[in-house]
Amino acid sequence: METITQSIQGVPLNHYILLSSIIFTIGTIGVLIRRNAIIILMSVELMLNAVNLLLAAFSVYRGDASGQVFVFFIMALAAAEVAIGLAILTMIYRNTNSTDINILNRLKW
Amino acid sequence: MNLFYLVAFLSIFFSLLVIFTKNPVYSVLYLIVTFFTFSIHYILLNAQFLAIVNFIVYMGAILVLFLYVLMLLNLNKESEPMKSNLLKVAGVIAGLCLLLTLAGSLKLVHVSDPVLLKNPDIGLVKNLGKVLFKDFLLPFEVSSILLLAAMVGAVLLAKKDPNNV
Repeated sequence: METITQSIQGVPLNHYILLSSIIFTIGTIGVLIRRNAIIILMSVELMLNAVNLLLAAFSVYRGDASGQVFVFFIMALAAAEVAIGLAILTMIYRNTNSTDINILNRLKW
Repeated sequence: MNLFYLVAFLSIFFSLLVIFTKNPVYSVLYLIVTFFTFSIHYILLNAQFLAIVNFIVYMGAILVLFLYVLMLLNLNKESEPMKSNLLKVAGVIAGLCLLLTLAGSLKLVHVSDPVLLKNPDIGLVKNLGKVLFKDFLLPFEVSSILLLAAMVGAVLLAKKDPNNV
């Protein structure tokens, strides 16, 4: 385990922030360009994970365990969110026979 | 040090594949690989508890749920609705603007100290359990209520409406 954790010694914190920004951006692009609601939920998961990684990196950087506890809470929240989101999707599919978000524009003014 | 950059490249590559693959089932499989690379990141940070929880909760529970719903709704065909090319280009440009803003503000801050493992046993189960059950006991209990509410809500939402049959 020592040799594994040796390998991050010397990675600047900037690179962790940059990696998380890139993955967060990929998640945003996924939300913007896809029409399948399940893929959009998956992109939201990607964004949540980018934030999780950044919280863990900051927690190690500051030597404070609170960040990792926050990541744990975010994971519990993500599990609840996916369960509710997929239940709503199943209901939408039962009513409209598709998961295309362009059908769901009845609230659009 | 090089291992971090290899794993970072893999995470970016597979997350790009997630959003640009046409078939939703392949998308879920690439998302599994992406989450696996995240687990490796946690192990590199010596956050062993998070690595295991990430492995079990994300790769074990959440993605199986996604795959299950995909199979249930029978969406595993190539002919899924896609947005027009103009909207796609606009979305990518908007995302790149977001990345540019984030990276630009990052350049201004000048935080480039290396990540050092000051306290090596910070991410171990023992230490995290102490913090979780001493300082964060109330949020922990509240999150259990959240999970209960989510479970009841999911069952209620997905149940067939008896008046509608």
